[in-house]
Amino acid sequence: MLDKALTGSRRYWTWVLFLLAVIGVGFIFYLKQFSYGLGITGMSRDVSWGLYIGQFTFLVGVAASAVMLVIPYYLHNYKKFGKIVILGEFLAVSAVTMCILFIFVDMGQPTRIMNVILHPTPNSIMFWDALVLSGYLFLNIVIGWTTLGAERKGFPPPAWVKPLIYISIPWAISIHTVTAFLYAGLPGRHFWLTAIMAARFLASAFAGGPALLILLALIVRKLTKFDPGKEAIQSVSKIVAYAMVANVFFMGLELFTAFYSNIPGEMHPFDYLYVGLDGHAKLVPLMWLSSILAVVSLVLLIYPGTRRMEKTLAVACATVFISLWIDKGFGLIIGGFIPNPFDRVTEYWPTMPETLITLGVWATGFLVLTILYKVAVSVREDTAGIEIEH
Amino acid sequence: MSIDRREFLKIAGASAIFALGGMAIVNDIVKDNLEASQFSPEPGALTARKWAMVIDMQKFKTEDDYKKVINVCNSIHNIPDFGNPKDEIKWIWTDTFEHTFPGQQQEFMPESLERMPFVMLCNHCDNPPCVRVCPTKATFKRKDGIVMQDMHRCIGCRFCMAACPYGSRSFNWRDPRPFIKKENPEYPTRTKGVVEKCTFCVERLAKGLMPACVEASNGAMIFGDLTDPNSEVRKALSSNYSIRRKPELGTGPNIYYIIGGADNA
Repeated sequence: MLDKALTGSRRYWTWVLFLLAVIGVGFIFYLKQFSYGLGITGMSRDVSWGLYIGQFTFLVGVAASAVMLVIPYYLHNYKKFGKIVILGEFLAVSAVTMCILFIFVDMGQPTRIMNVILHPTPNSIMFWDALVLSGYLFLNIVIGWTTLGAERKGFPPPAWVKPLIYISIPWAISIHTVTAFLYAGLPGRHFWLTAIMAARFLASAFAGGPALLILLALIVRKLTKFDPGKEAIQSVSKIVAYAMVANVFFMGLELFTAFYSNIPGEMHPFDYLYVGLDGHAKLVPLMWLSSILAVVSLVLLIYPGTRRMEKTLAVACATVFISLWIDKGFGLIIGGFIPNPFDRVTEYWPTMPETLITLGVWATGFLVLTILYKVAVSVREDTAGIEIEH
Repeated sequence: MSIDRREFLKIAGASAIFALGGMAIVNDIVKDNLEASQFSPEPGALTARKWAMVIDMQKFKTEDDYKKVINVCNSIHNIPDFGNPKDEIKWIWTDTFEHTFPGQQQEFMPESLERMPFVMLCNHCDNPPCVRVCPTKATFKRKDGIVMQDMHRCIGCRFCMAACPYGSRSFNWRDPRPFIKKENPEYPTRTKGVVEKCTFCVERLAKGLMPACVEASNGAMIFGDLTDPNSEVRKALSSNYSIRRKPELGTGPNIYYIIGGADNA
């Protein structure tokens, strides 16, 4: 089926070349980082994780969100998702690919990364994260590829895929729970030491991932003959709305606990992020932007008129995505390191090479996504009009 | 049911992946892995069941007293000096009371105490979070309580730095070698991309010597076996009131501080 990705319009190839160029630039800067060391980034002794790990965390959520399509379609037989579910699965593949790359570029000694498998350490959450992420990648590639391959031939998918699909549901929950546990079990990092971290992660994932999926579905429909279905998009938009409400609610729970308890360690990271701490306020404008976008998105998503109109729905999805990207891809990680264990503030801001490497990884993810979507769309265009019983 | 070659390869491939992954885990759990600390110590080596340190702040009088303990560590362990806080690597360092014991400062403390620098180093915890989170066992706890770092196994993920509530770990953000003032050929230098920290001078204990900072401290830093009631550390602890950094986190830090009264400056 990959051959489908080798033929395309001029616009398709221009986009692919553009992505390759961004990847190329990122790769050159990665080589620079490889020879100089991670000191090329904005990270320091005090803020020892930055943009890379933030992107990783955010994208695990995007990957997990495929389950929001898989559950209605495969568990509840919600037929309307028949066309869009493959977009979710392939988005998950692309997102997990980026996750793995972001972990890789964050390693101080990337050539030793196989030590995680050579010296398996079950007491380390990172060991489990490596396991569940690679398992999830495997599941989604196999499920997506097999169902699409069967569809191409006009057959229902083989029976052995069904168990894999059912396994992929708790597996999706597990990848984001385990990722939350990376942070939520660390003593002395008050911002992360919260029991609802995994719940918050899942809520933001189920808002951000499907929001991105709606945008992608709208783009696919505009650029190709493949229509994921208006009703399907509407159903996904309701998922985004509920999840975003849950996400903002959970955020409110965190704020209540921190500020009503009045415990300095609980309040300081929030202070740093939203009003500044000890005269340091680099992240304040970004965090407020995130909050404002969250409110705007909620208004657009909850009011039925704006949710049903696809133009405003697209705006709502973009605001959800940007808001959550700032909150989770940036603020959550940096906020955990500020103040540091000595109750001092060291700020962080990504450097130019770090940003270009990050863009390179995103471009790689989008290239994977483009190729997979191209295959899916081509297969769908070929079989348009043929109904297959699942 | 008949399967074609394609199906067979798919199933065989998947089985192989599961089998390999499973074997690695089983191997690790079942086998009693050899630990670096299982070698029998040299005759004359200093040994203990649980090493601990008591730092008597009353005995640090002048700036020179601090410099001596910090400089000796820096020079024998080839600690680089980058001259900027972003790349900084430190095994032993000082900060004020407020930043050594955040949340424990009192409003009307003696001024001398408020301004006094406190010595900090790795706490060699009983339940080290760094060891718990390390995905490769590059950081591990020896039977004598010392928390060690294997520079050749570390992948540089920095999970341990996020986990350590004491900020005791430093990462080599760049090649440290050009920034070592005078290299000590007796001790290995490190490469970029690995985490390092205080080791309680294991290399000196193995030769029967006290940690370098202890030796240079003129009795202000006491080192010994916490399980031995007759050890110097136990004597110091039973005759003085001492505090530790963030004991409420359950890590069981093994560096004790004797603060003394206002007359300590």
